[in-house]
Amino acid sequence: MLHTVNKSPFERTNLKSCLRLAGKGDAIMLIEDAVYAAVQGTAVADTMAGAKDDFQVYVMGPDLDARGISRDSVIDGINVVGYDGFVDLVVEHETSQAWL
Amino acid sequence: MSYEVNGKTVEHDEEGYITDISQWSDELAGLIAKDEGIDMTDEHWEVVNFLRDYYNEYQIAPAVRVLVKAIKKKFGPEKGNNKYLYELFPYGPAKQACKIAGLPKPTGCV
Amino acid sequence: MEDEFQGTLETEGVRKNFMFLNRKAPYGSIYAQEIQEMVLISAAFEQNTAVVFMDDGVYQIKKGQDTSATGMKNFSPTYGIFQMEKEDAEEDEDVDVVWHIVVEKESMEARGLTPEDFVIDVEVMDAAELQKLMAEQDVILTG
Repeated sequence: MLHTVNKSPFERTNLKSCLRLAGKGDAIMLIEDAVYAAVQGTAVADTMAGAKDDFQVYVMGPDLDARGISRDSVIDGINVVGYDGFVDLVVEHETSQAWL
Repeated sequence: MSYEVNGKTVEHDEEGYITDISQWSDELAGLIAKDEGIDMTDEHWEVVNFLRDYYNEYQIAPAVRVLVKAIKKKFGPEKGNNKYLYELFPYGPAKQACKIAGLPKPTGCV
Repeated sequence: MEDEFQGTLETEGVRKNFMFLNRKAPYGSIYAQEIQEMVLISAAFEQNTAVVFMDDGVYQIKKGQDTSATGMKNFSPTYGIFQMEKEDAEEDEDVDVVWHIVVEKESMEARGLTPEDFVIDVEVMDAAELQKLMAEQDVILTG
């Protein structure tokens, strides 16, 4: 299954709920304000470093760029993809769940 | 709707503001000014160039108050007032000078 | 026409302490841009202005924003006007408007950021200091 999260982890519980309910090996795509969760050195960085062991975690590159987050500051093991990569993920997975 | 400059077509809206700021040129500024009934002098250019520099840095047009203050700082108190700017741009420095400078139409009341 | 002018004169000289509390990330909603516009209007009326960035609001002034691939307007350069207004107010002896540009320490640190990460110079205040500044305000607008 593919999960998408689009809200900041500091402001809403969307990401937390997603991580609680996602199955082992599921794909999690961080888009829009959820891209802040992919950055090293934040209060949620440890959670995310753990999450990447259980799930395949992806983050939207153009949304990182818009927010001034360099690719170098993304946590190791989280994959940066573009719009095309997002489309591939949707095609690859039979079901998608949007944690709005 | 468009301007024709040096064989190039530059689109503008119904009020004459160009829609793509990157299409601006000195020649185009002269053409828009002519439509506005303005003969571009060095004094006009001072204001237009200030507007363009300000827009490039901050991505919005300055408030008239900021424009007046900046002109005063740069060119002296005799030029840093509303009257001077209205003499150069009779229909308002914000509207007319911005149009000539290729900036979007200023929004809001300030 | 004359009536209108009269109205302007009556409000001239009224100066209050305005605080603008930015709590949202820049592109996920319209709040950040709306507050930015309000601050510029406050400046135009020469009010005492305290701009605060806390919670996800600290992301608004993050350096290096590039929105070209998303088709949104990058409005982070416009924050430079706040700094310019603040410097003008400090330099000009005829102007006694007071400006504060503040980042809350706790919010900044929770996001792994430092003052060098921001497009403008900021005063870093902890919650206790910020509480004092809040208590001095006449009007607080949050978004």
